[in-house]
This record gives sequence, C-alpha cells and structure tokens, in this order.
Amino acid sequence: MGEKLLMKGNEVIAEAALRAGCRHYFGYPITPQTEVAHYMAKKMEQIGGVFVQAESEVAAINMVYGAASAGVRAMTSSSSPGISLKQEGISYSAGAELPMVIIDIVRCGPGLGGILPAQCDYFQMVKGGGHGDYNLTVLAPCSVQEMYEVVVGAFNIADRYRTPVVVMGDGYLGQMMEAVEFRDEEPIAKIDKSSWAACGHKMEREHNTITSIYIEADVLEAHNNKLQAKYREIEKNETRVEEFNCEGADVIVTAYGTVARIVKNVIKDAEKEGIKVGLIRPITLWPFPSESYAKYADKVKGFLCVEMSTGQMVEDVRLAVNGRNTVDFYGRTGGNVPSQSAILEEVRKIAAKKK
Amino acid sequence: MQQVILAGFGGQGILSMGKFIAYSGLEEGKNVSWLPSYGPEMRGGTANCNVIVAEEEVGSPIISKASALIVMNQPSLEKFEDYVEEGGVIILDSSLVPVMPKRKDVKVFAIPATTKAYEFGNATFAGIILLGKLIEETKIVAPENFEKALYKILPPKKHGLIPAEMEALKFGAEF
Repeated sequence: MGEKLLMKGNEVIAEAALRAGCRHYFGYPITPQTEVAHYMAKKMEQIGGVFVQAESEVAAINMVYGAASAGVRAMTSSSSPGISLKQEGISYSAGAELPMVIIDIVRCGPGLGGILPAQCDYFQMVKGGGHGDYNLTVLAPCSVQEMYEVVVGAFNIADRYRTPVVVMGDGYLGQMMEAVEFRDEEPIAKIDKSSWAACGHKMEREHNTITSIYIEADVLEAHNNKLQAKYREIEKNETRVEEFNCEGADVIVTAYGTVARIVKNVIKDAEKEGIKVGLIRPITLWPFPSESYAKYADKVKGFLCVEMSTGQMVEDVRLAVNGRNTVDFYGRTGGNVPSQSAILEEVRKIAAKKK
Repeated sequence: MQQVILAGFGGQGILSMGKFIAYSGLEEGKNVSWLPSYGPEMRGGTANCNVIVAEEEVGSPIISKASALIVMNQPSLEKFEDYVEEGGVIILDSSLVPVMPKRKDVKVFAIPATTKAYEFGNATFAGIILLGKLIEETKIVAPENFEKALYKILPPKKHGLIPAEMEALKFGAEF
C-alpha cells in the first residue's frame, strides 16, 4: 500500500476503475457524480484510453454494451434519473451476459427530484429496474477507502461471471473526501474472453454472437435457467456483509452506505444508556446477506432498518427475518439524512419492549 | 475528536479552508473526513462543509454536534449556531457578521478577518486568519502540519505565498 491521499469518493471511483484496467468509459454528466467523468476525461487522454461524453445516458450505456461485447473492461456512471434512462440497456446487458461496471451515485427522487443524497434507488438496482428475470450484483460501500476496494472488486466479479455489476452510493459518498490508500498492484482477474467476445479474429474461427434475443420459448427458457444458475453461484460466493457489535445485542439496526456510519455513532450513544445495539451492514445489496439476519432473529428484541428512502431495503430485511421478529423502519427523504438522535429514539422504543 | 462546521458565502474559500484542515489532519496521521454542501443552497450563494479530525475511526461524516463553528456571513451563524456543543467554539468574521451569537454557553471569537486580510494585502487570507484562531483554540492540528499541508495542496507557483499565509495564521491565533 502506498501513501494516504485525500480524495473525493467520485475521484476514487474513477481512479479505482483505471487501476482495475478499465480503459473505456462512457458517461453523461449529472450531479452528484460528475467528478467521475471529469477525472476520466483528464486521465484517459494521458493513458491512451477511451473517454466519451455521450449524447445521452441511453447512448452511454449502449456504448458500454458495445465495448463490453468486444471483451474490454468498460464502465459508465450516473445518478438516479440517469440510471432510470439506462435501464433498458442494463436489461439487455444482463440478457447478453456482458461484464460491465455501472456506478450509481444516488440522488433523491422520484422524477428529477433533487440533487441531494438519497438511497431511493435500491428497488431499481436490486429488484431490476429493467424488464426480465435478471439480477445485478449490487455493491454498496460506506467510505472512500471501501469505494476503492469495491470498484476494483466489481470489475473482477463482472468478468468472472459475465454479468453487469453496480456500485451504488448515496450522494455524500461521491462528494465526500477521505483518506484513501491505493495498492501498488491491483489483483486484476485475468480472464480469457476470446471464447465469447466479438473482438475480431481475421476469419480464423467461427463468429461469436452477442445477443439477448431468443425467439423460441425453450431456447429462451434454457437461457434463463443458465442465468439463474449463475446468480445462485454469485449468491454462494460473493455475498458480503459487515456485522458489528451484534453478539448479545438488544437491538440490531441495519443500514448501508453513509447511514450505516451514522448508526455507528448511535451505537456509542445507546451504550451510554445501557442499550446494546448491533449493526448489520450489507456490502452487497444483491446478493442480500439474509443469513446474517436469520442468525440473530430469535436473539434480539427487534430489528430497525434505517434508510434514506421511504422503505426499500426493509422488504429484504423482513424476508430474511421471515416473521420471527419485528422489523421496524425509519427513513428520511428529499435529501434529508436520518439524524443520530432520531435513530436513537427509535432504538429506545424497541429496547423498551418486553421480550 | 474535533468536528468543525465552516460556513459562509460561495467564493470566500469556505470549502478550501475545510480542505486545509482535513489535509493537515492527514499530515498528522489522524483520520479525517471532509463533507461539502453541494445542494441547492450552493446555487443560492452559500457554502458550508463538515470537517472531522479524529484519532479513532470517523463514524458519521455528518456533524450533529460541532466542537467548533467558523462563520463568514450572518445567515450561516443563524443556521449553524445551535449545532455547537456546550463549551464549544464559534469563530466569526466580524467584518461580515454584524450580529453576535445568542449562545452564552460557548466561547465566541469575533475577528475582523476580511478587514485585516486587506491590511495583509491579500483578501483571500481572511479564512487563514480565522483558521489561526481555530488551531489556537482547539489544537485540532499543529501549525507546522498546517504549513506542510499547504505545500502539498497548493500548486508550486503559489508556494511563495505560504510564508505570508503562515503570518496570517499566527495573527489569527494571537488576535
């Protein structure tokens, strides 16, 4: 590891992608992720990579589709309304099994909404904003350092499984500066894509075809079954979660991204009042770390899910707890952030319950 | 752990002042976070940032209780005054903030930083003067680490200014 640098989350996303060997970036500016494009525009020129500011988000995702089809590491980034526009291309990419990384630095919606931070894209990323039976692998870092680790990891997962991978952070994670330490050398997965990529072969082999269209029912069903088998593999191998202070906890709070860090402060506040609070922080939103919740379902007085949304991840938490305990919800929207004191108040209510 | 809110008009260098402190903290081997306002209020001409410098891991980068507040306009004082913890510090530029804080349970330092900066011959030193008082009162970072950070952040063509900036910092500390 090298020197500690102070960088914005958005800049670290771009630097991590470059270090992971990404030389093809296609984007369209939107607050609060535009620094990703700025950084890429500057650096790609210096290192002989490709930077295109596309004419729209729709164009950008389709350029990524093209680049990924040719077997190169490609990325796009946007924020919520821009991601909504990309959803058609994302569904096509999942269908065509194209490895790519999609960055979503989330702002508040619906519609144009506002530019302040939010977590209201959980549904559109985790549940599939596009059509069809597919899952994106969705990673949710909570610090600038973790942003780096996760973005590099995202490229490796994408290549290993031939699948689109999303890195999702609230606006604060993109805008915030923290110390980051880069590795001297990235653990880049060396994966031979020549068996499927449409990368040119001087007529020396059969053409490879990249497609998401399968007109015959049985052929498409077989394709779907293949995709599902791949998703089960990803669930088995790539689920990531941080469990903090959960053993013997009275209440478990669950949150991801910046909100999880607010919860860490709440844990200290609650401790002063004699309430032991644990935190389950999913790092992969899909695959969802359901087992972490199941494990504690009979041990705590209750769960509390906190989000910068009106309640999206909470649905997966409830599925994971499966009726064995209560799962309360607290959320703020519009760019407001759940405060330490408000979360503590919710924790107190659960802690006061008789078990 | 020191948690500082800096606020004022856009263009006064509020975000840069926060960066200077964050870089100095990093120089000192501490954990730091710098969170800027980037919302619609920026478009309205005001800017603020949250800076945390801590021995321990930084939890929430969003400050709910500030150990210090630096303000360079009146609306910012009104907006953030109540964030300061009891016994905390408010440092304000009295050239630009005519009405003093209502709080009686915090230490208030009113420094005519903008006026004094002109006397230094450089209007951009107002922020540095205020940071001088912050460093003096809170010991958030050592002045020598602040100086090291300046050499790292500022482009070489501006390094000639750093001795004068350190003078301004000292002036603020002693005011």
